[in-house]
Amino acid sequence: MDAYYSSFIYLAVFVPLITGLMLLPMNTSAVNTTRSIALVGFVVPCIVSIWFAFGFYTSSASGEVYQALSSVDLGLEGLLGISLRFGLNGVSMPMFLLAGIVGLASGLYAIATAAHRLNLYLALLLIMLSGLMGTFASTDIFFFYFFHELALIPTFIMIGIWGGQGRRTAAMEMAVYLTLGAMISLVGLIMLYAQAPAIKTFNLIELKKYFQATGGATVLADNTFAMLLFGFGILVSLWPFHSWAPRGYAAAPSSAAMLHAGVLKKFGLYGLIQIAAPLLPIAGSQWIEVLIWLALGNIVVIGFITMAQRDLKLMVGYSSVMHMGYIFLGIATLSVAGMGGAILLMFAHGLSAALMFMLSTSVYRRTHSYDLNEMGGLGQQAPLLAGFFIAATMANIGLPGFANFWGEFTIFIALWNQYPWVVVPAATGVIISAVYGLRAVANIFFGEVSQSLKDYSKEHPITDIRLGERVPAIILLVALLAVGLYPKWMGDKLESALLKDYAKPQAVAPANVHVN
Amino acid sequence: MNLEVFKVFAESNIWSALWVEIALVLLALGLLVLELVLPANAKRTIPSVAIAGQIILLVLASIQLIQMPDDCSGMYFSQMILQTPQSAIMRIFFLLGGIFVSYLGTVYLARRELPKMEFFHIVLVVTAAFMILVQSHHFVVFFVALETLTIGFYVLVAYCRTSSASLEAGLKFLILGGFSSAMLLFGIVLLYGVAGNPLLPGYSTDSMNFSNLATFITQNPTNPLVLGGAVLVLVGMAFKIGVVPFQIWVPDVYQGAPTPVTAFLAVCSKAAGFIVIINLLNGPFLGLSDVFIPLLAVVAGLTILFGNIAPLSQRNVKRVMGLSGVAHAGYLLAGVVAILCGSAIAHGAIIFYLFTYLLGSFAVFAVMAHVSQKEDEIQEIDHYENFAKHNPFLALALVCGLGSLAGIPPLAGFIGKLILFIAIFKAGLYTLLGIAILGVVISIYYYFGWIREAFFHIYAIGERGTTDDREQLVDVLKPTPMHALAIGVLVTGILVLGFYQGGLIDRLFYML
Repeated sequence: MDAYYSSFIYLAVFVPLITGLMLLPMNTSAVNTTRSIALVGFVVPCIVSIWFAFGFYTSSASGEVYQALSSVDLGLEGLLGISLRFGLNGVSMPMFLLAGIVGLASGLYAIATAAHRLNLYLALLLIMLSGLMGTFASTDIFFFYFFHELALIPTFIMIGIWGGQGRRTAAMEMAVYLTLGAMISLVGLIMLYAQAPAIKTFNLIELKKYFQATGGATVLADNTFAMLLFGFGILVSLWPFHSWAPRGYAAAPSSAAMLHAGVLKKFGLYGLIQIAAPLLPIAGSQWIEVLIWLALGNIVVIGFITMAQRDLKLMVGYSSVMHMGYIFLGIATLSVAGMGGAILLMFAHGLSAALMFMLSTSVYRRTHSYDLNEMGGLGQQAPLLAGFFIAATMANIGLPGFANFWGEFTIFIALWNQYPWVVVPAATGVIISAVYGLRAVANIFFGEVSQSLKDYSKEHPITDIRLGERVPAIILLVALLAVGLYPKWMGDKLESALLKDYAKPQAVAPANVHVN
Repeated sequence: MNLEVFKVFAESNIWSALWVEIALVLLALGLLVLELVLPANAKRTIPSVAIAGQIILLVLASIQLIQMPDDCSGMYFSQMILQTPQSAIMRIFFLLGGIFVSYLGTVYLARRELPKMEFFHIVLVVTAAFMILVQSHHFVVFFVALETLTIGFYVLVAYCRTSSASLEAGLKFLILGGFSSAMLLFGIVLLYGVAGNPLLPGYSTDSMNFSNLATFITQNPTNPLVLGGAVLVLVGMAFKIGVVPFQIWVPDVYQGAPTPVTAFLAVCSKAAGFIVIINLLNGPFLGLSDVFIPLLAVVAGLTILFGNIAPLSQRNVKRVMGLSGVAHAGYLLAGVVAILCGSAIAHGAIIFYLFTYLLGSFAVFAVMAHVSQKEDEIQEIDHYENFAKHNPFLALALVCGLGSLAGIPPLAGFIGKLILFIAIFKAGLYTLLGIAILGVVISIYYYFGWIREAFFHIYAIGERGTTDDREQLVDVLKPTPMHALAIGVLVTGILVLGFYQGGLIDRLFYML
């Protein structure tokens, strides 16, 4: 049965790649063919991931067990123990699903745009999607990294070619910064591999067994965790390594920003939860305090910076950096509830961040400005857009009914159990998001129509949100609400998946950290 | 020496063992004959003959390596030639290099009024010399092979005799090359002298032989003459591969030399240098490992840093390629240190890295040869403005080549770096690995800056939302179908090796 299911994972990973490569030599003028080929590439992974998720969440198996395992030797198995290994468990399933859904939404949004050289644009987006599906389906830590890089490279190129203001600098800064993070985490992964000489494999499942049997708590293990924490931290924009993110997102074309901020950035967090923390629990617990302070930096410092933004896209970018703080705090508890909440929030934030990036581009298309001070009264002309934007803001703040709420709520509970003092600064973050979120809504959609908007709309009449924008927005919103209203499926599997890895480490938390 | 000894010597003269090298030289001589006998309008076929001959040799040598690997090993010519699986693999490497240099030569010479046939002749002879060099097991053969190829390079670097830059590069290369040969020779003489001293243990009457020298050095590792000689030999080789502090000639010579020659120097000359260094350090100088490990580690670290920092401010792409080549020499040298530290996979990692470096470099140099104008030495990054829009195929090759050199997955260069870095890690050289990683990150800046120039101008949105449609600055030679085929082979190699290495890596590591 596994072989049958796993062939669908190959479909989800390689259909986007193949369709993407097919689009490269296409004639620029054959727009309709380009769009239909691309549509196939975006729809297939989404259908596979939803179908998989449905089967997975309705089955009775424990979330810890990997489903649809498979492995193919591409030439490095004999020398280094690297094979293309796919499989999904309770932790990777939500991320796989997230990649499928956001991939479809960003793909549909991109198909509806009129970018120059649409075939190249869609091809790069499809290659990126292929990398994302592969990253979260990989159970081989080398291919986990490999697919991440496959998704990362198109981002730079897309920013460089189709980006907005300052795209050349932003693309360059992002390329150098993220390569640094990626190289550090690669060294961390190699160090993990080198600490298990007896099995000599990059297979995550085997490594987990080995490390749980031997402990692996040496000085090297301590360094390994630090490498992974800071390597992944740079990729996830952990404060103070975040400066690439808002500028990069502000310059990025919307579909690339949706996929990167929504899904690709979760790579590092996922790596910490699935690889670093369970394999090196003792080393991990020694870095907790550092991580908590840095995560609070994300929430409080970046929170205030976000409030000061006057540019809509920069605000959304900073807000996405800020919310990484909660997920880091969830990871820092090293508990089932904290990790589970982190995954839930990653899933929810992926959807809501993608929605925010998409809608702010939609706002720009109507006002031709990102400046919050120059906007106002858009709600009269575009009521539906206003509705979607308000819903996305609510989700971002973490109101009940949206999936974000369950993620933040569970993280706060886990924090309260272990580090009650952290809850206070962390909770102020919710207020901060409410302040900037609601103020942005008020500035854009309510109040007087600003003079510059009046002038602009004389020549370019403002229309409400179009079908090509409505469909992706509905897809994202429905997913947010579905998990928000019925989180049990995802929650149960997460709990059973995390129970074995994180039931113990609380007991070995060092004495200098307060434990309730 | 009596008659019997000579008979034994003569018996070991198996000429058929050197069939590839002999065939190459015969082909080179054949080109001279063709130049004489062919009518003027048929002389255009000479480059094709050279390339076709090398392709046939490549196929035959590959068949021999795969089908009869045992035939590729042995000691011949009274222990002057030592053939190993490594030397058979490097034959393939140098043939590939020779083919691509010949192809670049056709592109380069198409635009210039220069003698054509001589270029291919010298390339063939130098290729044969590379092969002999990596098989040499005796300092006499070693030095003769080395001088053959160095003299060939003196001519090739100054090949464009109408260009002052090419002549300047030729002069610089001649003086510094002569200087390094002198040091090398001095080192050889010191070793020969001290190892032939009957008062010392392990002395030999044939002390230029690597095996005899190895025996002697393991018994006298602290002798100052041994140390001095070995260091001088390595300094001579360090000049050839261009590691710090002997890299000063690299940017000027790389810039002035014709683009195909730059590629030849960057890829084949460097590869040969590294194989020789491995042969020496793993053979005669094995007894000196304790001295050389820290020395080479420092040199490797400095080379990586220099090779990555120096190109940051360069605008001339030939200098960028030269200086980044220094960085690659640094990574490889770190791999050599890993071999000395006992890392089992480092040797294979270096050879695999060389192959990925060959593919990536030639892809980039091929694009450069097509972009190169009348003044070959003036190839600025600005010439690549709007490049992708007008030459999508060449731009693809450029991206694949640069990406592979930078070590970005899923391209071949990444796998090469991965295996090399794992080897360095396993040897316990953590500081060196850290420097190498830092170097890779810095290198993204200049490699990516080049890609940025080629791609990111295309759809520039101007102030008022208009598309910026500037034309190209330079006129690019359109690839003919044969050129496209050569570039296609390189790009395919880069992409396939990045994704799938099935069989290749296992076989390579098994053979060594």
